[in-house]
Amino acid sequence: MAVEGEYLGMQVFIDDLDQENQAFYKHCGKHELRLQQCDECQLKRFPPTTACPFCASVEVTWKKVSGKGTVYSYGEVHHAIQMAFREHTPYMLLLVELDEQRDVPNNYDGLRLQGNLATIDGVLASPDLVKSVGIGTRVKVAFKDIGDDAAMPLWVVDEDEDQPETPWRYSPE
Amino acid sequence: MDRDVDSTTPKHLRGKYAIVGIGETSYTRGSGCTTRALGTRAVSAAITDAGLTPADVDGMMSYSFNDSTQSPTIAGDLGIRLNFHMDVYGGGSSIEALVGIAMGVIEAGMCKTVVIYRAMNGFSQVRIGGTGGRGTRAGLSGDSLFTRGIGMMSAGQMFCHTFMRHMYDYGTTSEQVAHVKVIHSEHASNNPKAFYQNRVSVEDVLRSRMIVKPLHLLDCCVETDNGTAIVVTSIDRAKDCKHIPVVIQSVVGRCMKPRADMHYQSGPISTVAGHYAKDILWPNAGVGPQDIDVTGSYDAFTFTTLLQLEDYGFCAKGEGGDYVSSGVMRLGGARPNNTSGGHLCEGYTHGVNMVIENTRQLRHDIDDSCPQGADGKRRHTFDYAEGGCRQVKDAELSANMGWGHPGMGSAMVMARGDSARGV
Repeated sequence: MAVEGEYLGMQVFIDDLDQENQAFYKHCGKHELRLQQCDECQLKRFPPTTACPFCASVEVTWKKVSGKGTVYSYGEVHHAIQMAFREHTPYMLLLVELDEQRDVPNNYDGLRLQGNLATIDGVLASPDLVKSVGIGTRVKVAFKDIGDDAAMPLWVVDEDEDQPETPWRYSPE
Repeated sequence: MDRDVDSTTPKHLRGKYAIVGIGETSYTRGSGCTTRALGTRAVSAAITDAGLTPADVDGMMSYSFNDSTQSPTIAGDLGIRLNFHMDVYGGGSSIEALVGIAMGVIEAGMCKTVVIYRAMNGFSQVRIGGTGGRGTRAGLSGDSLFTRGIGMMSAGQMFCHTFMRHMYDYGTTSEQVAHVKVIHSEHASNNPKAFYQNRVSVEDVLRSRMIVKPLHLLDCCVETDNGTAIVVTSIDRAKDCKHIPVVIQSVVGRCMKPRADMHYQSGPISTVAGHYAKDILWPNAGVGPQDIDVTGSYDAFTFTTLLQLEDYGFCAKGEGGDYVSSGVMRLGGARPNNTSGGHLCEGYTHGVNMVIENTRQLRHDIDDSCPQGADGKRRHTFDYAEGGCRQVKDAELSANMGWGHPGMGSAMVMARGDSARGV
């Protein structure tokens, strides 16, 4: 069944041919972050792909991951292009490195997921919240439903983790 | 991080092909004509510049994001019968790659002389990155959920993680990076063709409004309408053309970091494709960055210039901030960069205008402002003050670096035809 829904006023439609993305967003719909793990070399990967970028095998199992990670880099959009995001500026484009599989298979490799900073109920972050987050901030995944069986993964500050005293931020603000 | 790169460009083609013609329309916002007209005018100008006629051309190539007019139409308009043509998808890492392909098809005997062009109404029709009115309300499906679904759509939004991480990894500052715009604006003030000819200061850049951190408005290039073209042929045919040949020493085409468009998954993201491309570019050219007199970087953003110059080895890794702010790349400096003003100031062409500029540099025919002699040639003053000269003294070797995204780059080394250093 095609995934249909709506997110920030934008229509969402993932057709049945796109099995990999359907699987990813349907797992998100159950509020689970699952990534493809290669049955051959056991390495996880992101984004969803047809074959393993490390060994080219096409056999996979969707494995649940912790959904915890660290902000590896970020951008902060002050001039939104899409209508859907104009009322949310400044909004944060995070690149989050998951705790799993850091520096694997090579140094500086990792499972890095891009996404927006939000609150736990899936609302894009306020300007004050945006200012509190930078490289090094510990975050965890949250979900905003976008239909009956899919959700958009978002990132929230992880209150259960020790946070850096001052995460690295672009300066001057 | 270090992986072997299998360099497949045949080294025996070094010095065997040349750029013999260059053509460009004006750089405007509001061309008032079609990409067909822009392409036709640019190709025609390049053929005339070479001292050739349309009948001498039998190959044609172009690239676009489906926002251009294809070569059979342009050739037809000019009465050219083609033995070869190829119109490919792509943008900022194309021109150097297509020069390499042109060399290959001529070498294979498929044709003799190739014109490569890029025609675009990049301001008044299709703005790059899907920006502008169209598409912004479009639905989300599959892969676009990972990009447009999170408001990551334009080039600046796509590249910001790389730029910000470079600041974090190496302490690069906005002040340092702003010098790229400042220097290119100085160069553009000596270029009557440039869309923006006003000189700006570091403060101007830092005070311009924030687009996507760390990019201020003036860290981003201009969007313009223009047609640009170059003519590539064998060195033997080049000798019969109008200008001294500008000889191709080495090319790299769309070289990539691991995992292609998912480059942010692999390695340090503050390292870009030039890290890999340099291992093809310099050995095949037989020279190194220290030998280069003038560079042409892809300055879609101030940061892209810094990242390329650093990863191609013009300075040590991490020292790009010092390099771009040191004055090295200013006219009069040791190795000027983008003497036309580049994409930041002259106009946006997906890389061609920097190749045109360096071709003219190596011909020693770059000036548009210096006094003309009785033979019609400019008498270079080498006074680089505003409105003055922009010829680099004794330029013999140039390097161009194309950028598609952080994970993809192309490059080319060219030599003045009579250079003893080039061969």
